Amino acid sequence: MFKFLFKRLLVLVPVFFGVTLVAFGFIRALPGDPIEVLAGERGVSPERHAELMAQLGLDEPLWQQYFSYVGDVLQGDLGTSLITNRPVAEEFFELFPATAELAICAMLFAIILGIPAGIIAAVKRGTLVDQGIMSLSLAGYSMPIFWWGLLLIILFSNTLHLTPVSGRLSFLFEVEHVTGFMLIDSLFSDEEGAFKSALHHLVLPTIVLGTIPLAVIARQTRSAMLEVLSEDYVRTAKAKGLSPLRVIAVHALRNAMITVTTVIGLQVAVLLAGAILTETIFSWPGIGKWIIFSVFSRDYYAVQGGLLLIAGCVMVVNLTVDLLYGLINPRIVH
Amino acid sequence: MALLEITNLTVEFATAHGSLRAVDQVSLSLDVGDIVAIVGESGSGKSVAMLALMGLLPWTATITADQMSFDGKDLLTMNAKQRRAIIGKDISMIFQEPMTSLNPCFNVEYQISEVLAQHFGGSRRSHKNRVIKLLEKVGIPAPETRLKAYPHQLSGGMSQRVMIAMMIACEPKLLIADEPTTALDVTIQAQILELLVELQQANGMALVLITHDMAVVAETADRVVVQYAGQQVEQRAVIELFNNPRHPYTEALLSALPEYAKEKTLNAIPGVVPGQLDRPAGCLFNPRCEHAQDLCRQKPPQRSEGILCHYPLPLKGATTDHVEASL
Repeated sequence: MFKFLFKRLLVLVPVFFGVTLVAFGFIRALPGDPIEVLAGERGVSPERHAELMAQLGLDEPLWQQYFSYVGDVLQGDLGTSLITNRPVAEEFFELFPATAELAICAMLFAIILGIPAGIIAAVKRGTLVDQGIMSLSLAGYSMPIFWWGLLLIILFSNTLHLTPVSGRLSFLFEVEHVTGFMLIDSLFSDEEGAFKSALHHLVLPTIVLGTIPLAVIARQTRSAMLEVLSEDYVRTAKAKGLSPLRVIAVHALRNAMITVTTVIGLQVAVLLAGAILTETIFSWPGIGKWIIFSVFSRDYYAVQGGLLLIAGCVMVVNLTVDLLYGLINPRIVH
Repeated sequence: MALLEITNLTVEFATAHGSLRAVDQVSLSLDVGDIVAIVGESGSGKSVAMLALMGLLPWTATITADQMSFDGKDLLTMNAKQRRAIIGKDISMIFQEPMTSLNPCFNVEYQISEVLAQHFGGSRRSHKNRVIKLLEKVGIPAPETRLKAYPHQLSGGMSQRVMIAMMIACEPKLLIADEPTTALDVTIQAQILELLVELQQANGMALVLITHDMAVVAETADRVVVQYAGQQVEQRAVIELFNNPRHPYTEALLSALPEYAKEKTLNAIPGVVPGQLDRPAGCLFNPRCEHAQDLCRQKPPQRSEGILCHYPLPLKGATTDHVEASL
């Protein structure tokens, strides 16, 4: 177990250099720099520009900048935002709960609907039910996030007036940020109706962000179940006189979950990428929106730090999934 | 009244090329304590007939029979729930591949206690002692230490013992063993067969042994059913059948035993069992039959004295040399 963890942590080293290098390189490859963006249309004289760049340490050769950045990161310093002048880590963790809340809800939505849908499609293989579920899943998988989000806003917010268009909470409420998770904070605040409002605000972003993982999970569950349902041990379970529900939900599903768990783990990365678009559409104050803003304002340190931390989240989730395998599949011992 | 009574059981599968008759008018009658072997090559419908009895065939199968009753209950008219109360409890079945027939995600105790909890009620944990006794009964050493073992930690022979423990847990009246030793090492095969016969005698259950191994038949069974291409071609007591096979197919199967090989070549039956699309006219065995005549190629035979043949081999005086030679 510890050997396994150690090995996995060792893999983090090349990943760390890869992510920092890519983030560092790409943001600098974009035309313009923070000074030009800050100066805006008014512009800035070349002398003043050089002076400010020197002040920020951006005049040094790139390799020197990279190594001093990596050195700082290794000491736990992700740098300071060039725009807000606040530490990048502080900004990130202030916004992260909003993204985490949305991502967790979207994932739960995808899992709770996707797994049963996949099971039903597999059990009813070849019927209209199966074809219906699989067509919907294909449609969901192919739907561009921004388009799907706008369609839902038009229907549920504009026409039916059922859900709010943007934000995390109605302006009528003032909820203290304790955990950063609006559902939890509003539940424990004394503002009546705040929880309901937070829930209302979550519905559309959750559906939009969860649609692609939902489609992928449903398809994968179906194919994993189809494979497992034809296994000998499923016949054994039936030969024991067990009910069809028990055969499917215990004997088959447990085995199918081994592949489905992998897919769920991989979808977390997709989810964080999707969060950037979803947060932009719904003005959701999370890291997705923050990174977009940082890219536009060429806030080098914010972009580098943000991407590194997101990569860290994905790594942690994947490691957790690998550890979960051991629980689901007794053949794997870490 | 017989324990199991099957008359004219037919199983057809719907396939892309039309319907496939896997079992054709098979009849079987079993009493408590009987050991019957069903023999035949692969594709002769041995397993399918028994899976039909268990209700384990996929939905593409259509099952028809004049009669299919067990212990006085009509299996044809009962619903799925009523049948589930019988299978695993009064009729149980062990399969050919022990390594894949156990669920890899659950330990031995879980899989055995589950069937006890299903049919006798109570929690799985409450049956722990019974599970230990069962494992002891099927010859697993130090059963307490094996309770938490997963199938991948067991050998093939061990897995088959666990499978047997699971299927005799509810003391069934009828145990169907579908080629229980095919996937095992030769040394283990004998042990498993011995175990099955021991359990059969101790519990007084009926045993149906599906096999294509004539040596296994000679060692264990009282009665033999020979099946070819879904049809029952001969059904006799084991000694009679070995001494004096009446159907040419039975004769061919027996002469394929290595013990009967002359010189250095083994006898084989030329050709294969006909499939869905190459069924011959007349007797299904005629293309491979040494004794086939014109009538055999034109008209399907009628059953007489339990033998499905136009020209059954002649009856001989009873001796036991044949059986002894094969043992």
